[in-house]
Amino acid sequence: MLDLTPKEITERTALRINPAKTCQPVGAMYAALGVHRCMPHSHGSRGCCSYHRTFLTRHFKDPAIASSSSFTEGASVFGGGSNLKTAVRNIFDIYKPDIIAVHTTCLSETIGDDVGAFIQDMDIEEGKYVVNCHTPSYVGSHITGYGNMIAGFIKYLSRSTGRKHDRLNIIPGFVNPGDMREIKRILDLMSIPFIMLPDTSGVLDAPMLGRYTMYPPGGTRIDDIIAMGDSPLTLALGELTCEDPANELKRKCGVDYKLLPLPMGIGATDQFIMALSNFSGHEVPYALEEERGQLIDILLDSHPYFHGKSVAIYGDPDTVLGITGLVLEMGMIPKYVITGTPGEAFTEKAQELFSKFGVTGCTAKAFSDLFELHQWIKNDRVDLLIGGSYGKQIAKAEDIPLVRAGFPILDRYVHSYMPLVGYRGAMRLVEMILNTLMDRQDRGCADEDLELVM
Amino acid sequence: MKAQSLLLEERQGFIHQKGSCGSVSIQCDTESLSGAVSQRACVYCGARVVLNPITDAFHIVHGPIGCASYTWDIRGSLSSGAEWYRNSFSTDLSEQDVIFGGEKKLWEALSEVTRVHSPRVIFVYATCIVGVIGDDVRAVCKRAEEKFGIPVIPVMSPGFAGHKSVGYRMACNALMELLSRAPKAPKRGGSVNILGDFNLAGEMWIIKNYLEEMGVKVVARITGDATCEELMHAGEAALNVVQCAGSMTYLAKRMEEAMGIPWIKVSFFGIEDTSQSLIHIAQALGDREAEKKARELIARETRALEPVLCRSRELLGGKKAAIYVGGGFKAISLIKQFREIGMETVVVGTQTGRKEDYDIINSLVREGTVVLDDANPAELEYFIREKQADVLVGGVKERPLAYKLGVAFLDHNHERRHPLAGFVGVRNFVKELQLSVNSPVWQYVR
Repeated sequence: MLDLTPKEITERTALRINPAKTCQPVGAMYAALGVHRCMPHSHGSRGCCSYHRTFLTRHFKDPAIASSSSFTEGASVFGGGSNLKTAVRNIFDIYKPDIIAVHTTCLSETIGDDVGAFIQDMDIEEGKYVVNCHTPSYVGSHITGYGNMIAGFIKYLSRSTGRKHDRLNIIPGFVNPGDMREIKRILDLMSIPFIMLPDTSGVLDAPMLGRYTMYPPGGTRIDDIIAMGDSPLTLALGELTCEDPANELKRKCGVDYKLLPLPMGIGATDQFIMALSNFSGHEVPYALEEERGQLIDILLDSHPYFHGKSVAIYGDPDTVLGITGLVLEMGMIPKYVITGTPGEAFTEKAQELFSKFGVTGCTAKAFSDLFELHQWIKNDRVDLLIGGSYGKQIAKAEDIPLVRAGFPILDRYVHSYMPLVGYRGAMRLVEMILNTLMDRQDRGCADEDLELVM
Repeated sequence: MKAQSLLLEERQGFIHQKGSCGSVSIQCDTESLSGAVSQRACVYCGARVVLNPITDAFHIVHGPIGCASYTWDIRGSLSSGAEWYRNSFSTDLSEQDVIFGGEKKLWEALSEVTRVHSPRVIFVYATCIVGVIGDDVRAVCKRAEEKFGIPVIPVMSPGFAGHKSVGYRMACNALMELLSRAPKAPKRGGSVNILGDFNLAGEMWIIKNYLEEMGVKVVARITGDATCEELMHAGEAALNVVQCAGSMTYLAKRMEEAMGIPWIKVSFFGIEDTSQSLIHIAQALGDREAEKKARELIARETRALEPVLCRSRELLGGKKAAIYVGGGFKAISLIKQFREIGMETVVVGTQTGRKEDYDIINSLVREGTVVLDDANPAELEYFIREKQADVLVGGVKERPLAYKLGVAFLDHNHERRHPLAGFVGVRNFVKELQLSVNSPVWQYVR
């Protein structure tokens, strides 16, 4: 179908075709779902909330709850203050969350609703909270919204009492619950007490219990968000996603932060583990050394099947950079590396990776889209695609195998339960890459070339 | 949890239990409450789902990226030809555009589309903020139409202007605008337009085949698998048959006014409704030959389905169903369809049903059945559990809810796996029900 994509590239300045991003509010909704007993609230039209819930449900295959101010014509003229007031009262009455996390939409931002002031005017019961953040859909992407919502929680809740505790703050990038579980497992292996915000594990990968609970057992506790202000240090995992919230905490409570790439691949995971070791003063336990050794053993065993192959990687900035790092470590060529999220920092970081590994002829671009990527591929193809489900149309049109990694994955299962981060996550990604390339080889080869032992 | 503590006082009027309080009066067709976790969507969503299946149209969403992202290739509407509608086009408005206006960018986007491709028609969707920032989308579309020589139709669909039903109306207005550009042509006797089937999993093709077997010519399919060219001939049909009444009754009425085409409501879900609809079409056309052929077709297909139904009654009879779908017409057909295989409907709700739909629903269901309008997950959960439903029929947001409750699920929305319309649809319907209801996985959760 996308074969209708013309090979000849013409300049586009206004038209976006087949985006590699979506809008801020869905990122904010995802972050808010990572707080225990939190109701994400969309201050805008009914449809925004419905679309975001649908989008998250399609990726996580789990119910994603959120409420909406349900703007009407009147609200869009006179402001949504009374809608929000009614909404907050209704939500506490009926759904009984401990906290409501309000994010805005393009509409409420454009008409100039001052949500912060609306909240200040509300009578909120002791022990209940309403927080907010600004997520205009016309700025940044869902990644920006994710960071903004985390910063919103910190801004309202975190407090510095002057008495430090020893728990390390972790702000994970825009990753799956499976990744968050893996990060926590590594912290446990390192015997480091921590607070992670947000934490969608146990919420969007909740087990089947035969009943529906609006607030599953997972999610960061409000008390812990408050206590983040007394932490000795914050590790922000995702240089292009997590700096704002980490910075908000530093500004408000004076907690220093260290910005790290998402721990994907060998180098970035090493960096994360060294940062943990430096923080705690503990040696890296054998269990982690063993995992690292296993990963390298796997790469050695299988390198003939991927070394030198070219890849196109698309998706969210930190995830794409993380995967780019791993494929470079594997000796693959990340020929095209794109994100839909705007920001030149992405391009610079990708270029740094290209130079570090001495590869040439690779292109990185932020604020790009899948139509453009497809056109590049039509002019000079690659051996493999890595990214979310939307790449399947290119994969089919060009007969290029696709590894699904990142967000959103709408057409497969299990992905949200499993990690891509850490050495174990890297092993999983390497396995997916190998299986995909080798299955393709088996499917495409002549009968006489079909090998049993590979 | 008690129903009293679960249900907002303001929501009580939207929920009705048959036989509980004598007269039937459910509140519906109103705005959702602020703060409710509603399953409902917006005006843009309604407009987009109606127009999206037009296969050779370029759908350009004028607004920030979200609205285009969420509607990219989601409907499962199939095409027998062009595939352009499965791409996502947007002006991806940024902060600068919001401050200085987005008209220039829209104009550029239209120029860029027409420079590279040769669209037959372009629909421009005006989303929430477009009016607020003062863009005159109509004017830009008019200018583009003059310059590029193709229909460029504005779809006025700001999300806040109501719920999905308002969007259906906006889409119908856009279709009327397109049709108004068609040259006058004589009527084709004995022919029909099919309104309100979106060719999900190829359902339009099934219906069209039935009608062709009856000797009834289909002029335009609105909008499943439609092309711009085909739509332009819609005025020539002798009769409009309306399948999804919620979205298309308005268009049928407007076409009746403007073009003198009479219309009838039909439904192709379940044996009873499919059979009645085929005969009804023949009768409305006054075509005895077609009616005879319809009866033959129905007899043949019904006979072929007998063993399937027999087996289904064994496997599914006595099970209880909950229904939560978009429009009233589908809910009505589903209740009948469950009855055909000996299943009882214990909960039934819609997002946008109208009073007349709820009246019919009430006449179909047994005492004690819960009827709800614009339900939220907590309400659905409560009544599914209270009424001990074995299966929920719904859409994407209801699926994980059903599974979390340990209840089987059947998708009767965009993500349906197989066609559920017509006689073959009955076969798929019971097959999918059986697969879900009788999956071995349930024994591990109960």
